[in-house]
Amino acid sequence: MAIFLTKESKVLVQGMTGAEGMKHTRRMLEAGTDVVGGVNPRKAGKSVDFDGRAVPVFGSVADGIAATGADVTVVFVPPPFAKAAVMEAVDAGIGLAVVITEGIPVHDAVVFQAYAEKSETRIIGPNCPGLISPGQSNAGIIPADIATKPGRIGLVSKSGTLTYQLMYELREIGFSSAVGIGGDPVVGTTHIDCLAAFEADPDTELIVLIGEIGGDAEERAAAYIAEHVTKPVVGYIAGFTAPEGKTMGHAGAIVSGSSGTAEAKKKALEASGVRVGSTPSETARLVLDRIAITA
Amino acid sequence: MDLYEHQARDLFAEYGIAVPEAETVEFAREAALAAERLGGRVVVKAQVKTGGRGKAGGVKLAADPAAAELTARQILGMDIKGHTVRTVMLAQPVDIETEFYVSYVLDRAAGTFLAIASAEGGMDIEEVAATRPEAVARIPIDPAEGVTAAKAVEIAVAAQLPPETAPVLESLWQVLIREDALLVEVNPLVRTTDGRILALDGKVTLDDNAQFRQSRWGDEQQDPGADPLEAAAAAKGLNYVKLDGEVGIIGNGAGLVMSTLDVVAGCGARPANFLDIGGGASAQVMADGLSVILSDPDVKSVFVNVFGGITACDAVADGIVQALETVRLTKPLVVRLDGNNAARGRAILADRAHPLVEQVTTMDGAARQSAVLANAG
Repeated sequence: MAIFLTKESKVLVQGMTGAEGMKHTRRMLEAGTDVVGGVNPRKAGKSVDFDGRAVPVFGSVADGIAATGADVTVVFVPPPFAKAAVMEAVDAGIGLAVVITEGIPVHDAVVFQAYAEKSETRIIGPNCPGLISPGQSNAGIIPADIATKPGRIGLVSKSGTLTYQLMYELREIGFSSAVGIGGDPVVGTTHIDCLAAFEADPDTELIVLIGEIGGDAEERAAAYIAEHVTKPVVGYIAGFTAPEGKTMGHAGAIVSGSSGTAEAKKKALEASGVRVGSTPSETARLVLDRIAITA
Repeated sequence: MDLYEHQARDLFAEYGIAVPEAETVEFAREAALAAERLGGRVVVKAQVKTGGRGKAGGVKLAADPAAAELTARQILGMDIKGHTVRTVMLAQPVDIETEFYVSYVLDRAAGTFLAIASAEGGMDIEEVAATRPEAVARIPIDPAEGVTAAKAVEIAVAAQLPPETAPVLESLWQVLIREDALLVEVNPLVRTTDGRILALDGKVTLDDNAQFRQSRWGDEQQDPGADPLEAAAAAKGLNYVKLDGEVGIIGNGAGLVMSTLDVVAGCGARPANFLDIGGGASAQVMADGLSVILSDPDVKSVFVNVFGGITACDAVADGIVQALETVRLTKPLVVRLDGNNAARGRAILADRAHPLVEQVTTMDGAARQSAVLANAG
């Protein structure tokens, strides 16, 4: 099994015919993802050939769902149009919308997240690398060849590159699913949502949680772990050296006042029994140690 | 992006929130005439994008136009927490009866905006919130509904603000929505002894991601108090933050670069900067990044840390080699390449064999080496 995304998932790509959409649709297909269609109102009825596989283009998400039974959409639509694209997907009743787009205005994200909350649609992102269930499906831009082996680790991360780094270091053990939730101030699926799903997933034995400065998502995740998670959790937090008031790459990665520091997040996680590594490689070693104990 | 106080003031006025009469000047000799137009007696306020102006001597009362000019002369050019004062605002003083606090802020946990209001404004609101949380009302706003007249009254009642502040709450929400602001704050909002409600000081933070539909704030928003290297990097579209250490750091992806800073710090050196070349870095981006970092005199060594995902390590290596053609390398460069096409990337750098470029295969080892080189340099 895996969380949110399995080999049964039928995936639409909103913005497939754009440059990024084309590149990553090809990569998703190579990773075994069942990409059943693209969405572009101006190219409805056409299809795009990916190395001999013709992927149809639909005029709307609703048309794509009606024709294919799609239950996942990956959004590559540029920022000015991303809000409308996500709301269209929610209206069409899609189960999962993975929003890759970077640079969406916060007001737009607030509106579409609130809209999705009143629906059945789960949103991952925005500004995220998406999620991958190795050997099954890949929805987003995570390079599938980093860790091809299905395995026992569940990974949830705010950062794309740290997701890749940890997947690489733990590629011998493999992953049930790895989810990049995105570094924006307002995201749909949270660390807590993923912890709950990994806790319930019989194939996940250990959870890796990657956080960074800004906000209090990691502190809330720590409280959740103490209450609800029985599986071992290994953590890593980036941004110990980040100065106050400076945005470090991600729109949400900023220490404001005394809140959002890496130190506070690490302490909160450790207080909940999470072992926290001080570097990505030490974090990977902590995982290997723990897996060795349970094996 | 934060607005200056005078810009926030103008914005409030535009949305129908009453503010004191004020003018801004860049030269002290203009202050006397401005003060005269404002009635003689004025408050002279430094315009910098940082807090603590009052304590730093950046806010002063001047009794008459001559004093206003003298005060402006003292404040202009002053350094407040690293920000040089280039503009002062002269404002009519008001007789305050009561001070309040009102703001809308983003609540990341709830994914929506929150009204925060208190009948005890003026002083440090965080202090009030920490010691007597019951004195501060926090009310989530449904983004689909916004702040209607009824919602504004609800906020005012919850915070025990007088009813005549409700229209201000309604207008302030319009500022937030229409300007794509992440924070709008009025502190203090005051009732004057003659019964007026005035926004005496305010802060507005705009969403940089919304610039494509908010064109009125242009390049003049570049904070002149900002570091010159940050300005140069911003002009080249680089995601760069100047720090105060000796190891220059370039990497791909915000999380990995933040992590690199931490690992270098853990090796006993201080990071000189944060520089994220992002996904799919071109040779040009690499060259631009290197040139910014090498022009920082504090930098003693440079650490390039790339985990190739979307980014291919051979492209990064090509970028470094091309950068070496255009940028004169004077400081040691430690490179760690992993992931996508790492073997080809490493081979490209090995072939180039620049005497100041050294490859280390692990992130921790490369961090240690760049720290050693920085401490030796």
